[in-house]
Amino acid sequence: MVITNPKYEEALLRYNKKIADASVEDMILNVGPQHPSTHGVLRLELITDGEIVKEVIPHIGYLHRCFEKHAESLTYQQTIPFTDRLDYLASMNNSHAFVMGVERMMGIDKDIPKRVEYIRVLVCELNRIASHLIAIGTYGIDIGAFTPFLWCFRDREHIMGMLEWASGSRMLYNYIWVGGLFYDLPVGFEERCREFVEYFKPKMVELNQLLTDNQVFISRTANVGVLPLDVAINYGCSGPMLRASGLKWDLRRIDNYSAYPEIDFEIPIGQGLMGKVGDCWDRYKVRVDEIEQSLRIVEQCLDRLQKELKRTPDFDPRAKMPRKTIPKAQDYYVRCEGAKGELGFYFMTDGKSEIPTRVKSRGPSFNNLSVLPELSKGVLIADLIAIVGSIDFVLGEVDR
Amino acid sequence: MSFDDIKQLLTEKFGDTVITGEETTGLQPALLINPDDITAVCLELRNNSKTYFDFLSSLSGVHYNDETNRYGVVYHLASIPYKTQLTLKISKPHPKESSELPEFKSITSVYRTADWHEREAYDLLGIYFEGHPDLRRILLPDDWEGFPLRKDYQNAEFYKGIRID
Repeated sequence: MVITNPKYEEALLRYNKKIADASVEDMILNVGPQHPSTHGVLRLELITDGEIVKEVIPHIGYLHRCFEKHAESLTYQQTIPFTDRLDYLASMNNSHAFVMGVERMMGIDKDIPKRVEYIRVLVCELNRIASHLIAIGTYGIDIGAFTPFLWCFRDREHIMGMLEWASGSRMLYNYIWVGGLFYDLPVGFEERCREFVEYFKPKMVELNQLLTDNQVFISRTANVGVLPLDVAINYGCSGPMLRASGLKWDLRRIDNYSAYPEIDFEIPIGQGLMGKVGDCWDRYKVRVDEIEQSLRIVEQCLDRLQKELKRTPDFDPRAKMPRKTIPKAQDYYVRCEGAKGELGFYFMTDGKSEIPTRVKSRGPSFNNLSVLPELSKGVLIADLIAIVGSIDFVLGEVDR
Repeated sequence: MSFDDIKQLLTEKFGDTVITGEETTGLQPALLINPDDITAVCLELRNNSKTYFDFLSSLSGVHYNDETNRYGVVYHLASIPYKTQLTLKISKPHPKESSELPEFKSITSVYRTADWHEREAYDLLGIYFEGHPDLRRILLPDDWEGFPLRKDYQNAEFYKGIRID
């Protein structure tokens, strides 16, 4: 089968011509794919006029593994490790979303024991803290502050250690399974987690003093890369990116899934304290505030897990696991709030096999990154780095 | 607005031919839309003050691989003011072994989210979106042959002279 129609090649030729023309009049500058401030293997092709960025053309796909093809050839349970590799900084959130979708299609989402739900929320929120710590730390290093990076990684290490204790691996956990969990939490986990929360709270104050209120940092980020709310919605931005533009939109509250309806937390939004609403500083600040809210969620989960949902010797986290995962024939789109934004999985099932006929994953980073060309028209190259850092994408999820 | 109200609203606005069917068996009902009307339908659903579907959650290309070898696109819309969701589906049969790609209308002019998602559907499933501003491959290299998510895709043996194991 040879595809011949010349109109399919038009866009590529147009792009090639644009680059050829630009290299005569302006300068073409490649940032990445091996540049530390692109947070992975992202290549940005800049058309620049001196220090001014005229246009940004992102090139993605260096990390493409075709997750969707894998998901269409493996059973649901076997796909969970692959979901871990989408947003590898917040793997728990990915598998939670995937598993929730399968459970709802199977009709067993109401049977999941409360203790399992609370453990899921606990590990997801710990993972969200870890992910935001990376976002903050690497954002600091992008614009010249080295210390916060080390401090953030030091604190993240405690979370990594705890999650390793629970699941057996440091980043790619495969901990949340359809119908339950891999294992119950290890004995003593709750106590150690509480110790961590107590240890971590003053560290956040230190971090705020070091970075959030730092005048150099504010000068670099305030009023830079302002994302208006209508543009953010039209481009499908979600998560901290959308909230920084001033909209209270958090799927944990909108959809009220898992144990979140019973948990009390606030939704921080960007207020434009240092500049305009939706600038880089707001996006950074929303993440800092979200860490504090996540800590509140973790504490409430620990309260419940240590009191009425205490571990019992006969508790089996795999008790509700279905023998065969064969959902009825249907289409289902599940969405939940990952660390970066709205994480969605679209399933098409035929009702006969354990393998879905089509899976599409909607990565939040993919949509958040697509607004970059719009955000960075006419900015300085140095500001572009600040904008890229504030988007906080993970290439594992952009490329899938 | 409920599912039936949306159906009625669209029929009143665009006539009886716009909705070709519906799927209500699963957990999320879906409207089957006439492929030629999809851009106008999306624009109406986004701008109408009773629906305000202003957020395109996801756009998925699908190869159904049935008797008529249908290709389709599934749109998941969300309304931020009303906190509702809606699924729209379009599909059309396409001859096997055709040298042309299946064609649908692009909705990039309504939702900018569709820009990269349509490029992805073009890249992995070979669906051509008419009116897309920049329909290049996005995840795979520009010189990749074939469309991996099609059900009849054969794995390539070589890539630029290198054997793929």
